[in-house]
Amino acid sequence: MFISTALFFIGVLGFFTRRNLVTMLMSIELILNSVNINFIAFNKYLWPGKIDAVFFALFIIAIAAAEAAVAIAIIINLYRSHQSIDVEQAAEMKY
Amino acid sequence: MNGSTIIFYLLAALTLVCGVLSVTTRMIFRAAIYLIFSLIGIAGIYLWLDYQFIAAVQVVVYVGGIVVLIIFSIFLTQQAGELLPKQANTRKIFSFLAVFCGFALTMLQVFRYDFPLMEKAGQGPDVMEIGKQMLSVEKGGYALPFEVISILLLAAMIGCIVIAIRHKPQPVIKETSK
Repeated sequence: MFISTALFFIGVLGFFTRRNLVTMLMSIELILNSVNINFIAFNKYLWPGKIDAVFFALFIIAIAAAEAAVAIAIIINLYRSHQSIDVEQAAEMKY
Repeated sequence: MNGSTIIFYLLAALTLVCGVLSVTTRMIFRAAIYLIFSLIGIAGIYLWLDYQFIAAVQVVVYVGGIVVLIIFSIFLTQQAGELLPKQANTRKIFSFLAVFCGFALTMLQVFRYDFPLMEKAGQGPDVMEIGKQMLSVEKGGYALPFEVISILLLAAMIGCIVIAIRHKPQPVIKETSK
């Protein structure tokens, strides 16, 4: 529990402090992993004999993979058009 | 404190230290390497909990897939050896404060609630059971989410190709060498 929570908030910290899209993606991976640890630990200690959390963990991993792939495609495209992957410099769509 | 507990604390320390380093280091490539070690630590925790299948999936998908993808994108978008710009101090302080408050609140709730701990922890599942339940269409089966995930992965793949496709460049008149 403790490491899961700590890892989650490390991820949130990284998400807040970083201004680079790739590092923000890494923070998101950390957050998803912490949730996975929680699922598995709960399944082992509070719900023994069932394996439902395994499926949730697997689905989270699959979704994380898909999300990372899409995010990296977007990042590379953004880099091509802006020559930078800083979130401060990608503000055209705001207005 | 027996050996198993010591191993757990070692794995937890590895995971947390590498996670912290990965979000605080200013060299982006090192951040990716620390992320690899953090993910390996998490896989070790799954092994420690007796969930071998999840550990294997973790190593294959994260360490083998996502981190390689991230490193590729770093190479494509970043000049190597370049430090990330320093963050503004106010932003650092405020995000640290917010994170600390959230962490404290969550831990308070966690400690206040006493979980009904099972004395005999469950045995880790074997792969056959996982496969059977994942593809069963009866009650408690996970066939529908499985198919949905498959469609999602397919859609993500096609979406990536569409996003990253290079538009046809302007026709360049080639100088023919004489």
